[in-house]
Amino acid sequence: MSATTPAYPDYGQPLWKRVLLTREMAIVALLLVTILVAALTVPYFADRMTAYNLLRNMFATLMIALPMALVMITGDIDISVGSMVGLTCSLLGLLYASGVPFELAMVLVLIVGAAGGLLNGLLVTRIGLPALAVTIGTMALFRGIAVGLLGTSTVTEFPEAWTNLAKYEIGTTGIPFIIVFYLVLLAAFIYLLHFTSFGRGVYAIGLNAEAAAFSGVNGARTRTILFMLAGTISGLGGIYWTLLRGTARGDVGDGLELQVIAAVVLGGVSVFGGVGAIYGVVAGVLLIGVLSSALQLVGVTAEVIKIITGVLLIGSVVLASFITWVKDRRARPALAAPAASPAVGG
Amino acid sequence: MKFTKTAAVLSAAALVVLGACKTPTSTTPSSAPAPSTSDGGSSAPAAGGDLKFTILPKNLGNPYFETSTKGAEAAAAELGVTTELVGPAEAAADAQVQYIETATQQKVAAIELSANDQTALCDSVKAAQAAGVKVVTFDSDAPGCRDLFINQATAEGIAKVLVEMAADQSGDAGEIAILSATANATNQNAWIELMKTELTASHPNIKLVEVAYGDDQDQKSFDETQALLQKYPDLKVIVAPTTVGIAAAARYISTSEAKGKVWVTGLGTPNDMRSYVEDGTVKEFALWNPEDLGYLTTYAAKALVDGTITGAEGDKFEAGKLGEYTVGADNTVLLGDPYKFNADNIGNFNF
Repeated sequence: MSATTPAYPDYGQPLWKRVLLTREMAIVALLLVTILVAALTVPYFADRMTAYNLLRNMFATLMIALPMALVMITGDIDISVGSMVGLTCSLLGLLYASGVPFELAMVLVLIVGAAGGLLNGLLVTRIGLPALAVTIGTMALFRGIAVGLLGTSTVTEFPEAWTNLAKYEIGTTGIPFIIVFYLVLLAAFIYLLHFTSFGRGVYAIGLNAEAAAFSGVNGARTRTILFMLAGTISGLGGIYWTLLRGTARGDVGDGLELQVIAAVVLGGVSVFGGVGAIYGVVAGVLLIGVLSSALQLVGVTAEVIKIITGVLLIGSVVLASFITWVKDRRARPALAAPAASPAVGG
Repeated sequence: MKFTKTAAVLSAAALVVLGACKTPTSTTPSSAPAPSTSDGGSSAPAAGGDLKFTILPKNLGNPYFETSTKGAEAAAAELGVTTELVGPAEAAADAQVQYIETATQQKVAAIELSANDQTALCDSVKAAQAAGVKVVTFDSDAPGCRDLFINQATAEGIAKVLVEMAADQSGDAGEIAILSATANATNQNAWIELMKTELTASHPNIKLVEVAYGDDQDQKSFDETQALLQKYPDLKVIVAPTTVGIAAAARYISTSEAKGKVWVTGLGTPNDMRSYVEDGTVKEFALWNPEDLGYLTTYAAKALVDGTITGAEGDKFEAGKLGEYTVGADNTVLLGDPYKFNADNIGNFNF
C-alpha cells in the first residue's frame, strides 16, 4: 500500500504486459524496426560512421531531452534551451579568449546555465506565469545576449585535449567516447525520475498539482529545480557544441529546442504532463536521428525530412490521445474512481 | 490495451515512409530528387557517369545558389558527371556538417561547398578528404581544410565596387548604411571591413552610420530596412552586399516615400533587381555571374578528381566555355571582376 505511482496504471495486468505494451515500448519497437529497415534497404546506412555521426550530432539533443522530459512531465515546458546552448557556447568562447582557464570557464558557463534556469523557474513558480510564455521570453533574451556577446567575431582556438574528447571513438565501434559520459547522465536521470520520491513528486505535479501539494510535494521547489537542471544541461550542450565544432558562435543551437521537444513528445511524454519515461525519451531522440540520417543518405531534402518528422510527431500524439480516449471510455462504466484519486497514499 | 496495435501501426507507418522515400534512388541511382524543383531547364546529366559530385550550398531555396547550381549542373552534363544538390533549409553554423558526412559515406568523388562557417565544417571536410573526397569551396570559403577555393571575386575588388557605387549615388557625401547577411557571414564581414578602410581613406565625407543584419531572410531584411529609414532620416544610400538583402531593401523602398531619395545598391541578381531598376528605386548594383561560378567550380572539381591539377599555385585547367584558368596563391581560382548592372545593360542578363 505504499505510495502508488499513477504513471504505471493497470496493475491488474500481468507484469510482462505492463512492461512491454506501453507507448514507450512502441517507440522502442519503431526505432528498432526503422534501424533494421534502413540497414537493409538504405545504401551506406549499415556503416559504423552512421552511428558515429548520428550520436555525435544528436548528443546535445540526447542530453537536453533528459531534463526536458522531467520539465514536461510536471506539465511545464522550456523553450529557452536552444538559446541557452547558444549563450553558454559564446560565453565559453568569450571567457576563454579573454584568458580564463578553459576548465574554469566550463564551470562558469554551467553556473550561468543553472542561473538562467533559476530565472525561468522563479518567473514560473513565484510570479505564476505560464512556462510557455516565460521561456519564449527568455529564449529571445538568452539568444540576444548570445549573439551580442560575440558580435561578429567567432572564437576558434580551444585546447585540443578537450576538443579531441568530442571526436574520440571507442576503437572502431562507431561509438563516440562521450557516450560513456551520457550513460552516467542517463543513469542519474533514470534514478532521479523513477527511483526517488522527488521523481514521484514530478509525476504527481503533472497529474494533479493540488493533490501533489496535499501529499507533501513542494511543487514550486521541484519545478524550479527542474528548470535549473534544464539550464545546466543546456550549458553542457553549449560546452559540447563548442568542443565538437571547435568554434564558438552566438547562433549555435538555433531551433534545437524544437528538436528536443519533438523527441520528448515522440518518446511518450504527454504534453499535458504526468506521463512519460526516460527510456522512451531516449528512443524518441534516436528515432528522429535515425530517421533523418537514413532519409539523408537516400537523398531526401531537409524540408521533406522536417515534414516527415512533423507528421510522425503529430501522428504519435494523436494516436496517444486516441488510445487514452478509448481506454477511458472502456474503463468508465466499470471503475470510475481510481484515476481521480491518485497518490493519496500517505 | 491497444498498445500492440499502436506498435504495429507505427512500425507500418515507418516502413511506408522509408519505403516511399527510398524508391526514387533505388530505381534511378543517377538522378537526385531535389534539384529539379527550381531550375527547370537543366536536364539530368548524361547516363554512364561513374563520378558523383555533391553540391552543397549554404541553404536551399536561395535564388543565388539556384543559379550557381544551374551552372554547376550544366558543366556536369558536359563532363558526364552526376550531381546531387543537398543542403540545409537555414544557413546555420553547423547545419552543413551532416551533409558533408552523408556525402562522405556515399563515397562521392567531390563536394562543391559554399561554407556557412570557416571552422565548424573543417573536421567533417578533413574526414571527407581522408576518405578520398575532393572538397572544392565556392562563394564562401573554409580556408585551412578545402582542396581548392573558387573565388567569385576578390574581397578588395568587391569592396572597391561597392564603395564606388555608394560614393556615386550619395554624391560622395552624407550618411550611408550597410544591410548585411548574418553577423557571422565570412564574405560579408571581410567586404565590410575593407569598405570601412576604403571609406576612411578616400571618402571622408561619407559617414557609415550602421551595419544592420537581415540574416539573409527576406522578412528580417525588409524590417531592418524600415528600421534604418526610421533611425536615420538623412540616409542617402543603403548598401546590401547580399542578394536577399538588396532585394528586400529595394522592395521596401520602392513603395515608401524614401524612393528616389534613398538609393539601394549592393550585390544583387539582375532578375531580382530588374523591376527596381526599371521603376527607379535602384540606379546601379553589382555582381559576378553565379552561373559561371558554379560552372567553373564543377570543372575545377573534375580537374582535381582526374588529377589534372592538384590545387597547387600555377596549375592550369580548361573550364569549357569560360576558357583556361590558373590556380593562384592559397589554392584559389579567381572567377573574374565584379560586374555593374544598370538600366542600360540589365536587359542583356537573365539569371
